[in-house]
Amino acid sequence: MSKDVTQDPETDSEKLISTDVSTDDADGDVPDESQVRTVIESQDLDVFYGDTQALQSIDLEIPARQVTAMIGPSGCGKSTFLRCINRMNDLIDIARVEGELLFEGKNVYDDDVDPVALRRRIGMVFQHPNPFPKSIYDNVAYGLKIQDKTENLDQKVEQALKRAALWDEVKDRLDESALDLSGGQQQRLCIARAIAVDPEVILMDEPASALDPIATSQIEDLIEELAEEFTVVIVTHNMQQAARISDKTAVFLTGGELVEFGNTNEIFENPESERVEDYITGKFG
Amino acid sequence: MSDEAQTPDLSGGRGFQTVRERLYHALFFVCALLSVLTTLAIVIALLTEALGFFAEVPVLDFLTGTRWSPTIRPVEYGVLPLVFGTVMVTLGAAALALPVGLLTAIYLSEYASPRVRSILKPALEVLAGIPTVVYGFLGLVYLTPALSVIFPSISTFNILSGSIIVGIMIIPMVSSISEDAMSSVPDSLRNASYGLGATKFEVSTTVVVPSAVSGIVSSFILAISRAIGETMAVVIIVGAQANLPEASSIGGLPFVSPTSLFDQFLEPGMTMTVAIVNLAVGDIATQSLAYQSLFAIGLTLFAITLIMNLISDLVAQRYREEY
Repeated sequence: MSKDVTQDPETDSEKLISTDVSTDDADGDVPDESQVRTVIESQDLDVFYGDTQALQSIDLEIPARQVTAMIGPSGCGKSTFLRCINRMNDLIDIARVEGELLFEGKNVYDDDVDPVALRRRIGMVFQHPNPFPKSIYDNVAYGLKIQDKTENLDQKVEQALKRAALWDEVKDRLDESALDLSGGQQQRLCIARAIAVDPEVILMDEPASALDPIATSQIEDLIEELAEEFTVVIVTHNMQQAARISDKTAVFLTGGELVEFGNTNEIFENPESERVEDYITGKFG
Repeated sequence: MSDEAQTPDLSGGRGFQTVRERLYHALFFVCALLSVLTTLAIVIALLTEALGFFAEVPVLDFLTGTRWSPTIRPVEYGVLPLVFGTVMVTLGAAALALPVGLLTAIYLSEYASPRVRSILKPALEVLAGIPTVVYGFLGLVYLTPALSVIFPSISTFNILSGSIIVGIMIIPMVSSISEDAMSSVPDSLRNASYGLGATKFEVSTTVVVPSAVSGIVSSFILAISRAIGETMAVVIIVGAQANLPEASSIGGLPFVSPTSLFDQFLEPGMTMTVAIVNLAVGDIATQSLAYQSLFAIGLTLFAITLIMNLISDLVAQRYREEY
């Protein structure tokens, strides 16, 4: 039974990509500005929870190998947008999506897309660290095992922990429970778990909001490094964080509108809309 | 504000409140004590009478004796046939109820829509509420005749029917307690797994079940204990004939071939609980040896369930995945 389950998505994931882009550039070179391509694109995207509209006609292009931040007050729909990208909203019964969300040019809401296959290429890190109640090693190996990528498992686990800047702290206690780690270490473990399977995109939903300042700054440094290899989309409440680590910023405001989207420095230095300026300067939010 | 600083009155009607709190404390303590004392009283009662029994019948003879005949001469008190009957009924019941109950729990917790769950859960609880005597005669009247189609040699009273009926009886226990344990696994863990591209089946088997394993094991042990202690359905379906399969001796050790073991499922048997019922409703004199043997079986049952509970604690601790 489990064989069938893992094989179906495999074939679907091949279908998922319609454009002919090379994805084996694991060296982590930063592409020139001119070559930046769009990985995720939303077109007129609406999301409803029951009768409530959470996102209104969102048009957004997320560039490859950069950090794109989503900011805005609580309830503005920024997390909803993030969860649309890997179809985690499917798990909420009352959620309904209209419009298009393209990943590598393919609408992920097409009937022939298997969300399981999609999520294997778009990793996610959640607001609260959520390691499995298993050993540190098994946490990182988990995704590799369910995706049948178990060749050189030890090596891949080690590499993922190194890329998540956690290896030196845990290399002597890989067999210990992940729950014995500190909050910041747990979150880096969750990042290691997400990148171990080599996704193209990493979605982060306020990954540092439950952490202390030191752990937060470690996570921020890590995110900037990750953007050399992955496309990172991060939702944050913390505007300074968005300003520090992101290349692009999308500002959502209450009611699920995307008010402004552009290069981070431009948005923070010279926002076009007055509402965005008020929000960024802390008049509300 | 006056110049003299007045300390605020923070006593809060202290005298009365303190007395009330102490009363509550005492009330709760007495209730807690009640069950402990009851347990102690039971153990003491079992031990005293059983000790009287073991003064007459050596413990070893009791535990290794292969014939149970407390009232018919030649009188013998070998508990092995009773243990055998209990183990057979329990094993059969567990073989049915543990997998079915666990899969039911996974379905209810992970797959069923809220609407389906709202129908299925109460239905399962009704199953648990049916009096065991009803299960007993349904087994005798319907199940055993149905089984005789497949196994023509089956006796009117037989262990197989008893196993199946007891198994059905304990399914709700397994599924309900396991489902509670799985439902309390936080969604954040499911999301982590879905986020890595796991299917629902993988989320259920690699995250939810391992995280809920202590609750699942507890449900197994409780259900097995219930099967061991089940009496009414068993006396009706399995009968009251203390049987032990023929054992040949291999290298000095008793050996029972698997086929003769399976044949025993089609035969009547007698569990420890049924033996107690038989003695208790019969006309035996108090303080007689037969009367005291009741307590010896009671003590054996108690010891078995105690060991089961200890094992379950060990297993739960060993495989605990806390979240």
